[in-house]
Amino acid sequence: MPVLPGAAWELSPSVSLRPEPFGALAYDFVTRKLSFLKSPTLVDVVRRLGDAADVEDALLGAGVPAAERDRYVAALGTLAASGIIRERVAA
Amino acid sequence: MTGPETTSPTSPQQAEDVEQEALVEDALVEEISIDGMCGVY
Amino acid sequence: MTIAVERPQGGRLVDQFEYGLDAPICLTWELTYACNLACVHCLSSSGRRDPRELSTDECKALIDEFERMQVFYVNIGGGEPTVRPDFWELLDYAVAHHVGVKFSTNGFRITPERAERLAATDYVDVQISLDGATAEVNDAVRGQGTYDAALRAMANLRNAGMKDFKLSVVCTRHNIGQLDEFKAIADTYGAQLRLTRLRPSGRGADVWDELHPLPHQQRELYDWLVANGDQVLTGDSFFHLSAYGPADGSGALPGLNLCGAGRVVCLVDPVGDVYACPFAIHDQFLAGNLREDGGFDTIWKTAPLFLDLRSPQTGGACTQCSAYDSCRGGCMAAKFFTGLPLDGPDPECVKGNSETALAGDRERPGSSQDHSHTGTVRNAPVPLTLLRTRPVSACDESPLVSQQ
Repeated sequence: MPVLPGAAWELSPSVSLRPEPFGALAYDFVTRKLSFLKSPTLVDVVRRLGDAADVEDALLGAGVPAAERDRYVAALGTLAASGIIRERVAA
Repeated sequence: MTGPETTSPTSPQQAEDVEQEALVEDALVEEISIDGMCGVY
Repeated sequence: MTIAVERPQGGRLVDQFEYGLDAPICLTWELTYACNLACVHCLSSSGRRDPRELSTDECKALIDEFERMQVFYVNIGGGEPTVRPDFWELLDYAVAHHVGVKFSTNGFRITPERAERLAATDYVDVQISLDGATAEVNDAVRGQGTYDAALRAMANLRNAGMKDFKLSVVCTRHNIGQLDEFKAIADTYGAQLRLTRLRPSGRGADVWDELHPLPHQQRELYDWLVANGDQVLTGDSFFHLSAYGPADGSGALPGLNLCGAGRVVCLVDPVGDVYACPFAIHDQFLAGNLREDGGFDTIWKTAPLFLDLRSPQTGGACTQCSAYDSCRGGCMAAKFFTGLPLDGPDPECVKGNSETALAGDRERPGSSQDHSHTGTVRNAPVPLTLLRTRPVSACDESPLVSQQ
């Protein structure tokens, strides 16, 4: 499922996101998948997702340059595919 | 003078190649196995 | 003096890990040196409890630290961890404090009731040890009745609905021919097979020469892992075999192919000593003690031993070899306990680069500690009929031997 800029996403509750000098490690206790996030900016985007209005908002808030946008959206897609992030269900 | 500002690449093709390479080599997320590290029983 | 090394930006995961992490991803925690068994190759020379063992409260304080550091999971072993009366309490405490647990056990205490409880607990994984697909091969290493106990435990876990628990096998000269059978046993019980490397650590040093796989068996193991590896775990313990693959590194086995000692993993032992790796229980690899050096977080982040391991390592002679990128010089513990230099080839280097050194003079360091049983053990290892048994008297060898 692709991550669309206008959609609202969040970190899955079963995931532990641990900052590291290079970015972060994310471990999902349910799926036992471990992901390595290679950029502190990406970690910032992921942290902002839950409170941001949508993905676009999180990207802007983290200061992702326009030229890098597609790359970050692709990275979010990878995280979505392994369940590290999930779509927010409307209340 | 109008036109987009470009930095080092000298042709649009070269610019695209560099960008493509960057996307492939520098994926921002890498998945690894939690059971795949040496030094644990 | 260690200088803070500049870490590269982005790039390969392995490169980042070599510089270390703010917390281990997972680590091994030996809860006790006590054990009901006396396996011949025990990496921690376990058997007798150490009177200085961490108390229940000290264990909980350690779990609190793991939680603060966001350690994802801890691999609890020993000795036999279930012989500690507070084991089940500590298990529940860890899970309640967001630390996943996988524990290694010989299975004797995994009763149907315990199995039910485990199956109902999230974030707990169980690993049953077995070193032979038949009782004959297994009990020679692990002891009388241990094969039966392991299979009983697995049946209890399966019947309780526990899925994907682990069956962990140490590969030896006597069981390399049983890999398919191990897989079949794992499949029977709905378990995942794990194959790991025999290291010359603890009592393993005493039986290394007789038990470690022969060169042709290493090849057999590598080929089997390549063919079956996607269903089998190895704990990355065979990265030295990756050198069997082509020079471009495409034959590397799954895993980080990296020594995790002091960078990604470490060991906490029953008395609070912190070592770089459970296969390196020796003063040379001792980073500190929880009680004396300010707790686990401080040791992990500041111990000189760990800072040293997180700086670029000299591959020494191995860097000249075409296989270096995939095998990285092999296992530090294996080299250390066979008395080989740490910047030279692994004792089981698949290119045979350690043969000269192994044949020559070398000093084996021996253990810094030994908690082995001194008296008889109920489930003592049963010598294999395949092994040469010592004659009871000289007459057994030749009826012509004269009486002394």
